[in-house]
Amino acid sequence: MSFSFSPGMGPRGAIQQMGQEAKGGRLYNQRVVASMLVFVRPYRQRMGVAFLFMLLATGCTLLAPYLIKVAIDAYIVVGDVDGLARLALFIALAYLGLYVASAGQEFLLGWTSQRVLADVRAALLNHLQKLSLGYHDRTISGVTVSRVINDVAVINDLLTQGLIALFGDLLVLGGIVVIMLNMSPRLALYTFAVLPLMAAVTYLFSRRARDAFRLTRQRIAVLVGALAETIGGIRVIQAFAQEAAIAERFEGVNDANRAANINAIRLSFIFLPSIEFLGVLSTAVVLYFGGRAVAGETVTLGVMVAFLAYVTRFFQPIQELSRLYTTLQSAMAGGEQVLRLLETAPDVVDAPDAIVMPPIKGAVALKNVSFAYQADGPEILHAVDLRVEPGQMVALVGPTGAGKTTIANLIPRFYEVNEGRVTIDGIDVRTVTQASLRAQFGLVPQDPFLFAGTIADNIRFGQLDAGQDEVEAAARLANAHEFIQGLPQGYETQILEGAVNLSVGQRQLLCIARAALVDPRILILDEATASVDTVTEVLIQQALEQLMHGRTAIVIAHRLSTIRHADLICLVQNGRIVARGPHERLIVDSPLYRELYQRQFLAQA
Amino acid sequence: MKTTTDRQRLWRALLYLRPYWKTTTAIYIAMLAINLINVLTPQFIRRGIDQGIYGGDLAQLGLATGLLLGFTLVKGVFTYYQGQGTEIVSQNVAYDLRNELLQKLTHLSLTFHDRTTAGQILTRAMQDVERIRFLTGRAVLRLIEGAVLIGLTAVVLIWMNRTLALLIIMTLPLLLHRAYRYGQQFRPLSLEIQNQLGVLTTRLEQNLRGARIVKAFAQETAEIERFTTENEKWFDLSARATRVQAINAPMLDGIANIGAVFILWVGGWLVVQNQLTLGELVAFTTYLAMLIRPINLIGRIIPILAIAASAGERIFAITDALVTVDDAPDAVELPRLRGQVRFEQVSFAYPDGNTVLHDVSFEAQPGQIVALMGATGSGKTTLTNLIARFYDPTAGQVLLDGIDTRRVRKQSLRSQIGFVMQDTILFAASIRENISFGRPDADEATLIQAARDAQAHDFIMALPEGYNTRVGERGVTLSGGQKQRLAIARALLTDPRILILDDATASVDNQTERLIQQALARLMAGRTTFVIAHRLSTVQRADLILLLDQGRIVARGTHADLLATSPLYRQIYALQVQPEGIVA
Repeated sequence: MSFSFSPGMGPRGAIQQMGQEAKGGRLYNQRVVASMLVFVRPYRQRMGVAFLFMLLATGCTLLAPYLIKVAIDAYIVVGDVDGLARLALFIALAYLGLYVASAGQEFLLGWTSQRVLADVRAALLNHLQKLSLGYHDRTISGVTVSRVINDVAVINDLLTQGLIALFGDLLVLGGIVVIMLNMSPRLALYTFAVLPLMAAVTYLFSRRARDAFRLTRQRIAVLVGALAETIGGIRVIQAFAQEAAIAERFEGVNDANRAANINAIRLSFIFLPSIEFLGVLSTAVVLYFGGRAVAGETVTLGVMVAFLAYVTRFFQPIQELSRLYTTLQSAMAGGEQVLRLLETAPDVVDAPDAIVMPPIKGAVALKNVSFAYQADGPEILHAVDLRVEPGQMVALVGPTGAGKTTIANLIPRFYEVNEGRVTIDGIDVRTVTQASLRAQFGLVPQDPFLFAGTIADNIRFGQLDAGQDEVEAAARLANAHEFIQGLPQGYETQILEGAVNLSVGQRQLLCIARAALVDPRILILDEATASVDTVTEVLIQQALEQLMHGRTAIVIAHRLSTIRHADLICLVQNGRIVARGPHERLIVDSPLYRELYQRQFLAQA
Repeated sequence: MKTTTDRQRLWRALLYLRPYWKTTTAIYIAMLAINLINVLTPQFIRRGIDQGIYGGDLAQLGLATGLLLGFTLVKGVFTYYQGQGTEIVSQNVAYDLRNELLQKLTHLSLTFHDRTTAGQILTRAMQDVERIRFLTGRAVLRLIEGAVLIGLTAVVLIWMNRTLALLIIMTLPLLLHRAYRYGQQFRPLSLEIQNQLGVLTTRLEQNLRGARIVKAFAQETAEIERFTTENEKWFDLSARATRVQAINAPMLDGIANIGAVFILWVGGWLVVQNQLTLGELVAFTTYLAMLIRPINLIGRIIPILAIAASAGERIFAITDALVTVDDAPDAVELPRLRGQVRFEQVSFAYPDGNTVLHDVSFEAQPGQIVALMGATGSGKTTLTNLIARFYDPTAGQVLLDGIDTRRVRKQSLRSQIGFVMQDTILFAASIRENISFGRPDADEATLIQAARDAQAHDFIMALPEGYNTRVGERGVTLSGGQKQRLAIARALLTDPRILILDDATASVDNQTERLIQQALARLMAGRTTFVIAHRLSTVQRADLILLLDQGRIVARGTHADLLATSPLYRQIYALQVQPEGIVA
């Protein structure tokens, strides 16, 4: 594996990328290139100018040895010192031109590729916002992060070092061939005699190199796997006192990686000197035959010197080949991953004729709803029917995995039902825009997730233009104002990663405030199970009651007080609502509910 | 290298070359040879032109050509050995570093692992090690090679013609100065870019982890805007870096090229004055062209050194981390335990002061079942971790059969403790290897007996390759219930005296549930067992229930006692213990 320098390649990124390269490895993938070209299109004028600069630079590069030839033949040999000075000035100008052209080309190409990179990242984020919760459930966030941050970065290499470099090199090669043939066809043909040999060596190398470098990627993937496994299983390893055995196993994998890399590099270092030798062979051919020709005065010394310079330039791009090879390979592998993400079709989309959801009164209905997370996966909900009147509070109770959260998630259309329909105020949720629908929802999650930023930012999350007074009002309603005021920086306190500077109870209060601020018509409340101290618990209870007041509330219930206050309790089991009604009736009618109540709720009394 | 500490880190990294000093020396000798030949090559061309072409001696031309080819061949051999040697040496450094890291990691206590993410460790072991590898391999080689080439060329040039040599050497400080300035301008920018990319990554991670919240509050557009702001910041920085690069990198070439023009001009004039031969002039221009590449490389490698130094910093932070739980010098073998466990006023706090257990005391008699109850974060897991000495208590002591765990060898302690945890960790290996993980020398009959006792034998035999079936990554996927039974077999095989288990089951069918129950019962028989309890049957059978709240034991007794006396117990019991009657 060559040393790559993508700054900030994230940890999981590294693992992912290494893992994936082992699978990919094609040198040229038309789909990838085509899709990336779409992103380049807006900047095609800049690319055009960059291309012109490249032509100019190529021209200057090719011109210089020719001018040196003129200097020798027309001035030095003749003894024209003034002419030489004029020519020197001219060559200096050519080099100045070369500098401007190279700098311009490098800047424009670099600028464009960074711009494209930023655009692709933005496009990916945009796309990710459209993907349903189903996608986010199925995908580890680290994998996606690695796509957006790392895999995209290799496209940069593809643009600047890959395709353009390849093109520029070909241009130089072509130019040199033409100039040499013009200057001295005979000498040129002698020089090119080495080319078939070179082609043969390159072919042999690239065939063997592909396998060798692929092996290095596989071995490094195994190495990363072994390492990840060790870190993940550290408890088991220490518990069973197997540190030494694991270290030994790791050494084996580590050794295999080392061997594969050394082998691949060995191949490269057979290739590189071989090409260099063939290059020098060409130089020798020029020197010997050219020298004889100069002595025989069929060719001037200037031509021979120019030839020597051209031959050196000629073989540089070929030596670069092995480097270019690995760059292209990983660029294509990265591009494929990016493309795959971009092509993931969102499964919950606004209908073309979707309307804006009118202000919700709060009647929620599930009619004969069946649902599976994946088309071929097991069905999670079976023909669920549910009716909630505006302002009612419904408690969903039942064992873990019964389907309570899934029912709640279908109401704001986080997922698409497989059968049946979900309506709000009689309107099918699939006929309205997602944004207008969800803007009228509030969610208090079980795990109180907060974003990096200040406390005020977090409360304001659902309505960015809310003023400080609104933020404070929401915090007061959520019983959070007091503790926020107690913090040294109040509402401007930064929330650290994982919100470790707040207690679990405080985080819950902030989540309630966040929901309160948007003044939702329908509230989805997933009650937390983590225990908090009794004082905070009372604050949370009060806050929730105030929040639910006057709104339709769907509560995944774990608290006794919740089910006592609920207008309707639905006992969910194995994806079905097996009993429903107010608490007083269920306790009499449903033996199952009675058992659950006694076990799960009564104990709280 | 901003500070001396950076320099120290680089030195320390380079010291990893010491075991390979022979190969390293050979590489540098090869490098010297290669550059000597490089410096000689233009002389052959000069000789060919001056003596061969202009001297009219075609035999000299042939000789020059022959020498050129011969030396190139020799150089090729040296290049091969140098390239391969550099890779061997640097791969060995990476190999050693990774082994060292892994060994350290397996020995570091859970205090370290609880606080370090797998991602952080992987970055260090993969990317940072790769950076050090580059440093000990090509980076230093190229730096020294550049210096050698510049020095050798200067000597040859002065020998050939002082005036012209002076012209070339005058451009050198300018070139080096530019290369240095370039590095100076570029380094802070590249650090800023790296930081900004970190910010971008965090934003994205938050967006993905909070996907449900973002959707529920319909904040997709605002999220895109937030990301775009950071993304544009990143772009602006990158564009600035590109500009610095675009102005500086070709400038090095440009300076060298202008130097070449001067040489052509002054040199041509000298040729006309007969103070210089044409061959010498050609040789001079060749030398100047030769110098561009190493100077370019030096400009590029200097900023990389700073990056390698920070990689070293991160790696050495692990290799230098203290193994806080280590065998005492006079540690003894723990004799075969009866199974009595006693905590005497045990407290445990992380180094940052976060206290997890406060003043915990209790005693469990051999063969007893102790059920641990309490909310998430109440300290149950930490308590079990102290029994196996994954941590050392910050106060008090843990005694097994009256012996302080800190006085015995970890190996002899842990080999008598069995674990069956909630998320069963299996290794990517065969089932046989997974079961015999704690006792690799177990014979076939013992192994199969353990699998039978764990109710795992039948399903294992139904797998395509029986006990040789690979599980985990690139192997077959087992169900939660199957994994759990393998974990039970794994624990059974080591015949532990003390058992630590978490009896939560993933949702399994009734049949599997019964099998697991039977397996657990067999596993617990005759051993002191600590259970993080989720089942009614377990709490009912427990001899002692310890109820933990915020790191303290707040109630203890049997199920019946606690139900009657502790409201907190009733609450925890309701939340934690699965209502077995209702689970399908």
